[in-house]
Amino acid sequence: MLKIAKNNLPALFAVIAKSADLYLPIRKGTVNYAPWSEDADVDLDTLKTVKSPKDFFLPQSETLYTAALAGKKIQLEAEPFADTPFVVFGVKGCDVKGIEILDKVYLSDPVDKFYEARRKHGTIVSMACAEPQATCFCKPFSIDAANPAGDVVAWMADGNLYWEAKTEKGKKLTEIVSSMLESAADDIVTAQQKDIRQKIDALPYNSGLPLDRFKAERLIELFDAPQWDSLYQTCLACGTCTFICPTCQCYDIKDFDAGECVKRYRCWDSCMYSDFTLMAHGNPRKTQKERFRQRFMHKLVYYPDKNDGEYSCVGCGRCVNKCPASLNIVKVIKSLGVNADV
Amino acid sequence: MCKTPDLLIPQIGVITDIRTETSDVKTFKITGADGKKPFDHMPGQCAMLSVPGVGEAMFSITSSPTNDDGLLFSIKQCGTLTDYLHAMEVGSEVTIRGPYGNAFPVDTVLPGQNLLIIAGGIGLAPVGSVVRYVFDNRDKYGSVDIVYGARSKDDLVYLKEIEEIWRAQPNTNVHLTIDREQSGWDGHVGFVTTYPKELNISTDKTALVCGPPIMIKLTLASLMEMGFKKEQVFTTLELRMKCGIGKCGRCNIGSKYVCKDGPVFRCDEIDELPDEY
Amino acid sequence: MQERMRIRAKELLTSGAVQRVLGWKKGDFPYNPEPAFFTAEHELDDLVYDRFCAANLSGYMVEANKQDGKTLVFLKPCDTYSFNQLTKENRVSRDKAWIIGVGCEGNAEVDEMQEIGLLERCKVCTKTEHKVFDELIGEDIQTREKEDRFEQVSDVEKMSPDERFGFWQNQLSRCIRCNACRNVCPACNCKKCVFDSGKYDTEQKANVTSFEEQMFHIIRAYHVAGRCTDCGECSRVCPQAIDLHLLNRKMIKDINELYGEFQAGDDAETPGPLTDYDADTDADPSVVYERG
Repeated sequence: MLKIAKNNLPALFAVIAKSADLYLPIRKGTVNYAPWSEDADVDLDTLKTVKSPKDFFLPQSETLYTAALAGKKIQLEAEPFADTPFVVFGVKGCDVKGIEILDKVYLSDPVDKFYEARRKHGTIVSMACAEPQATCFCKPFSIDAANPAGDVVAWMADGNLYWEAKTEKGKKLTEIVSSMLESAADDIVTAQQKDIRQKIDALPYNSGLPLDRFKAERLIELFDAPQWDSLYQTCLACGTCTFICPTCQCYDIKDFDAGECVKRYRCWDSCMYSDFTLMAHGNPRKTQKERFRQRFMHKLVYYPDKNDGEYSCVGCGRCVNKCPASLNIVKVIKSLGVNADV
Repeated sequence: MCKTPDLLIPQIGVITDIRTETSDVKTFKITGADGKKPFDHMPGQCAMLSVPGVGEAMFSITSSPTNDDGLLFSIKQCGTLTDYLHAMEVGSEVTIRGPYGNAFPVDTVLPGQNLLIIAGGIGLAPVGSVVRYVFDNRDKYGSVDIVYGARSKDDLVYLKEIEEIWRAQPNTNVHLTIDREQSGWDGHVGFVTTYPKELNISTDKTALVCGPPIMIKLTLASLMEMGFKKEQVFTTLELRMKCGIGKCGRCNIGSKYVCKDGPVFRCDEIDELPDEY
Repeated sequence: MQERMRIRAKELLTSGAVQRVLGWKKGDFPYNPEPAFFTAEHELDDLVYDRFCAANLSGYMVEANKQDGKTLVFLKPCDTYSFNQLTKENRVSRDKAWIIGVGCEGNAEVDEMQEIGLLERCKVCTKTEHKVFDELIGEDIQTREKEDRFEQVSDVEKMSPDERFGFWQNQLSRCIRCNACRNVCPACNCKKCVFDSGKYDTEQKANVTSFEEQMFHIIRAYHVAGRCTDCGECSRVCPQAIDLHLLNRKMIKDINELYGEFQAGDDAETPGPLTDYDADTDADPSVVYERG
């Protein structure tokens, strides 16, 4: 275990930023991961950034290739893959898990090379959640907010940041900043971990979420459940939940006319939008009910069906905080999880 | 196997031949920039064709894998991209990536079987690849019955090939039908969905069904009435697609991605999917 | 008051006077009640009404209007302006709504640190009267803290062009294009939004530059100009806390200055200033040269 005094963090960030692009939670109206600079308003106290850090691996939009058309000819130039090392600092346990969930989509056969390159060049410094909030429900998804995954794990306690490298990448980063870190005993971190786990156990959503029924063998039963008829009714069909979600992974591929050339890019898309499945001859998801159902069935049944029963929700609670109509996955789990036949 | 840095990045394809099939269907032959076939495929598989700035869409490959000089796509004019493709000339370049999806089980389930191929309209394109593959390997398969229908005689594709090549194959019957009476047509009139039943085709066959969603639904119902088991019938599903590799998330039906796990499904597999197609 | 609302809703529902009730349903936390349709008497036990019931329900009446029979809808004073505006635009029918105006003591929100605060719109509230209703329940409590709701707008107007650009760049570059502002807006009731249309290259799904969002928000502000009641839902729901109401309020301020004081939704009849022309009093287009 290593440590650095909290007031030395700006110097630590400056050293990291010399070797890699550094992103961390920065307050600019709201708190989101953004590039570090000396005058940036770094905010490691706010528990939940509005957006998850998935942007750094799956950006909201990215160019795939550029095409120039001349007469009958087309010239294609593939966008180079990311090759700059970067560090995302302060990632909470739920969000690290969110990235692992994306890995199972983007790194499974066939591998998405754009994503893979970013994943290869990115080092994640995760941070334990000293003050979890009532909207957190990571525990049912087997996430330990007191000891998150990540290349380096950090704990903010006692006026210090405690630092422990967990992977090869983490060890490399530790070497770069080793002169700034001093060795420390484990006891402060152990005490904080115990405290965090106690706090999490006491949170309302962390016990009794009826997830048991969300199994592939109940796929049709859950799909046809009558509860959907009322659950979706006041959904505004916006994409807030999708875009702030650490595990939402769907994308669109579109063209941007850049004048002399066409940039084909991919960007996040939302299954909540009516055009998501629209085809020339109709739309298999005709109303918001089908679209709403798709989002939650994907997270709770379809994704687990393909990934050894693992849900694609991490309990970060962003949707609980941000849905304009106060709908969220917890309400869906509670409604459908009890008895889908009623 | 992928010739480009990532599967989402296409290669250049050249339109080397255009054949007008009907007033709104043309068959395009596409080769790579080197004049060779862009990639190998199996019958039923698809490819993403695109004109940058216009759009990109999934089309089934209608040529047989045994065809070495290019890939054939029969494309119906029904939107921005297909309108644009229809206006293109030989020598024009497009982009192509693929092959995507699974295939009809031409080398596993179908050898030795009697085949019943039912297609409606442009639905003959995907199963056309099977037909051509079967005829190029005629000894491996039993009898072949092709039941093909369209709205009118002017909407039937591959007519010349059907009359000159398909009908000339041994142990093969081709049955054509059109939806309504039309002058100059002395063949059968009536929907393709129930034509196999009218023909009293025996159930000792494996059926492949392809066409618009409603045609598929009605045909399957009729086949079941005839006594076919769901395990004997294969069909294709069609949903909006963007990536083609089971990631972008829009062509799923339940846990299945039509672009990757489909487009070919055995009918009993479809029963296990939620009703959202 | 909540109890009176439940009782009255049950009466109207069981008597058949209304087919459904549009209100707010108890959430998991005190601060997240959800807008909800109730169709059975027992469901109404979950009806809540408190200062966290901020959602303006009038927009949902567009859908309810397509259903058979009447819908009982609870509207706060400011929500009734939106309802009037929707009636004026023939998006909802007055006959299909049974409106119970509910008293308002100002709406609260919870910030990222779980602190409770008063919504901006309530700090400058001018809409203390129900403009359309069948009956009323409860009293209003005035929450207004500032006399001038255009104060912030004036501050932005006073900035130099560079400062102002910087201000909006900072605000709008935060946009994640989730469309919450548009979808919650009662004035944004087009069946198909131009920004959802793939036909005209207007369906922007990517941030081309950090300030690309200028198109979406400014066009939206123009499109709702003269129809926006300043209900403040856009700013309330924005996950990135963009002060979207400032764009709309700037439009309202300009309209007031150029065409005379106008409050959209004051009634369901008066034509809006931008859909009506008066040769004597309306400003000439050349006014832009004077105002810059």
